[in-house]
Amino acid sequence: MYEKEKDLARALARRSISRRELIDRVGKAGLSASAAYYFMGRAGTEAMAQDFDWKQHAGKSVKLLLNKHPYADAMIANIQAFKDLTGMDVTYDVFPEDVYFDKVTAALSSGSSEYDAFMTGAYMTWTYGPAGWAVDLAEFINDPAKTAPNWNWDDFLPGLRASTAWDGVPGSELGSGDAKQWCIPWGFELNNISYNRVMFEKAGLATPNNMSELMEVAAKAQADLGGPYGIGVRGSRSWATIHPGFLSGYANFDQKDLVMQDGVLKAAMNTDVSKSFHKDWVKMIQDSGPRDWSTYTWYQVGTDLGAGASAMIFDADILGYFMNGGDNAEAGNLGYAAFAANPEASAPTPNVWIWSLAMSTYAKDKDAAWTFMQWASSQEHALFGAREMDFVNPVRQSVWDDEAFTNRIKSNYPGYVEQFQASAPGSKIYFTPQPLFFDLTTEWASMLQQMVANEVPVDEGLDQLAESVDRQLKDAGLG
Amino acid sequence: MAGATAAPSNAPRKKGGLHISRSALPYVLSLPALLVCIGILIPFVTAVWYSLQRYRLSQPWAQKFNWGQNYLDFLYDSSFWNTLQISLTYAGLTVGIELVFGLSIALLLQKRSTLNNFVSIMLLMPLMTAPALAALMWKLMTNPGFGILSYFASLIGLEDFRWASSPSTALFTVVLVDIWVYTPFIMILLLAGLRSLPTQPFEAAALDGVPRLQQFFRITLPMLLPYILTATLFRLLDSIQQFDIIYAMTQGGPGDRLTVFQVEAYLDFFQSTNIGRSAALLMILWAITFFLSNIFIKNWLRLRERARGTA
Repeated sequence: MYEKEKDLARALARRSISRRELIDRVGKAGLSASAAYYFMGRAGTEAMAQDFDWKQHAGKSVKLLLNKHPYADAMIANIQAFKDLTGMDVTYDVFPEDVYFDKVTAALSSGSSEYDAFMTGAYMTWTYGPAGWAVDLAEFINDPAKTAPNWNWDDFLPGLRASTAWDGVPGSELGSGDAKQWCIPWGFELNNISYNRVMFEKAGLATPNNMSELMEVAAKAQADLGGPYGIGVRGSRSWATIHPGFLSGYANFDQKDLVMQDGVLKAAMNTDVSKSFHKDWVKMIQDSGPRDWSTYTWYQVGTDLGAGASAMIFDADILGYFMNGGDNAEAGNLGYAAFAANPEASAPTPNVWIWSLAMSTYAKDKDAAWTFMQWASSQEHALFGAREMDFVNPVRQSVWDDEAFTNRIKSNYPGYVEQFQASAPGSKIYFTPQPLFFDLTTEWASMLQQMVANEVPVDEGLDQLAESVDRQLKDAGLG
Repeated sequence: MAGATAAPSNAPRKKGGLHISRSALPYVLSLPALLVCIGILIPFVTAVWYSLQRYRLSQPWAQKFNWGQNYLDFLYDSSFWNTLQISLTYAGLTVGIELVFGLSIALLLQKRSTLNNFVSIMLLMPLMTAPALAALMWKLMTNPGFGILSYFASLIGLEDFRWASSPSTALFTVVLVDIWVYTPFIMILLLAGLRSLPTQPFEAAALDGVPRLQQFFRITLPMLLPYILTATLFRLLDSIQQFDIIYAMTQGGPGDRLTVFQVEAYLDFFQSTNIGRSAALLMILWAITFFLSNIFIKNWLRLRERARGTA
């Protein structure tokens, strides 16, 4: 019996049967769906094992530092496939996001060799890289002895490859020339509109196409729905308030956080266009945002949409994805729309958050750690996660080309694939990479809070912010 | 048998046993205390060392000893003065109000009875709650959409009261949470003090017909002062170093309305990775707490001496 299933797995690996056929045949053999997934994982493992010695680090163990996230859940669910493929063992610590990056900073800054690899965001590598805590992964990617030929680095979306590489020179373009690959993109989110279709239908609303329409639709939803507020966006005193919807809209007007002038960085958030955008953003929150907006993180923005407390959000698309399932009150009611804030813009320009895998400089065995990272970012694992788990958005083009995945998304998440396809080409990190990223964006969020609270007029606030940013850049030798 | 009883005084010391000379014994005995002292001093000295450096983890190449420039920078740094002002205001408000509430409750519960004992135990409940959890609980209760306190506020005409999310009421809200958590601490200390006061002065005052209010101000309060000072010292040191309630509720916002020392230093360290500034902020916080502790301890000692009649 077992030999028969192994033959099926091999057949799938050879692509002589389809995935659906494998599930059917396993079902006919009287086994459950989970057994089918196991054999599919096994098929992926066998496919990967061709042309590369995955067993070269058999018997070794790697330890991971993970954030509690569906991406990590998908990896843990498939970890047996890695163990079977490599003969290696994996242990991991999982921390909630509130404390996760503190734990990473503490582990890395102390030079601890406890963890070999860890989850990170691309922005964080602007600290970890120059500090010498993360390894430049290009040396592994480009070494055929260490990287399987079918791992296929070119399959990763180009914007994400570039966004996770930086040469360490403040202000230089991500992914340019001598950029070091500080991390491997694993899963990512871009920022668009997720909205409650039932509420929109009830209030006779259409999805907005630009900033003015967004403000109008949010205000009308709030006025007509009699309960839910119009639009959810983040507002806590944190860099995380700036990077999702806010920066995506801001970048669509071709506005920058910083610009390079005469070889030094200068604040650029007090231009006339920027002031106009800020005024709209502030008014939108004042008129149609949550009343305790200044405490809002991604968590409140998402749960409000899922609970029917808001009509729409301008935030991570995967937040809308997750709120459309599970036991959320509005599961099945959500829709998605690409959004370009600037009526003159040809396409949306979503800023992206990329959950990535990085290797610690203090890893005990870097080659073994790379073996794990390679598997975790492989097409086989990405397909498993995208088809069977919530490993969304995938970072590989081949997964977006996979019908099993896109059909699942299209049937359960109407408009999701379309919003992705419309905005993916313009999606990248729109911040200027530099070491003061967290200082300056946190101050930006703080100023935004003061503007929304009418403590300072927008024009004056942005001038004050620019002055402070310039001073800090100068003090740090960057301005 | 006799030989056995005589053995301890005359028997030669066992070979290999630890021999410590009489003169070295005091040093050996104080060794554990010395080690603990070193254990405490190492992090402290490290923090002092970092505070004297330009040290950002994201710019390791720029790390250098900067001769206290971090401290000098504070003189012209408006965010530092804001932090100092907010921290002192927060500490002053919380400790002052908690003292009044704690003393009032202690006076009400002074008489030993089953009910009073039960109530005093019940009142300790908030103190057993982790401050960060208490803050999250209050965050829910003050949610403008569904919080029960927002509902009560609306009943008295405060329709759009935004609690911690509004700059004008954020300080009030976090002070309220602090009072809820820590008033029982002061109450229990003062209750212990009140119940341990000698009864003779009060009996004598009652015989002389001294009014209750005068008894309180002339007898109770002066005799309770060492307890009040102790409670104030503990709370003041804790309050000026507040982190969890404020961070869990507002992360220091809105704007920079609640960026007290610990929040500012935490963000400097973990978010900005500006180790030098973070360490310098914490050294200033240490200096403030050291200064305040000295004042309180000196006063406490003076009062104790006076109580013994030697002042």
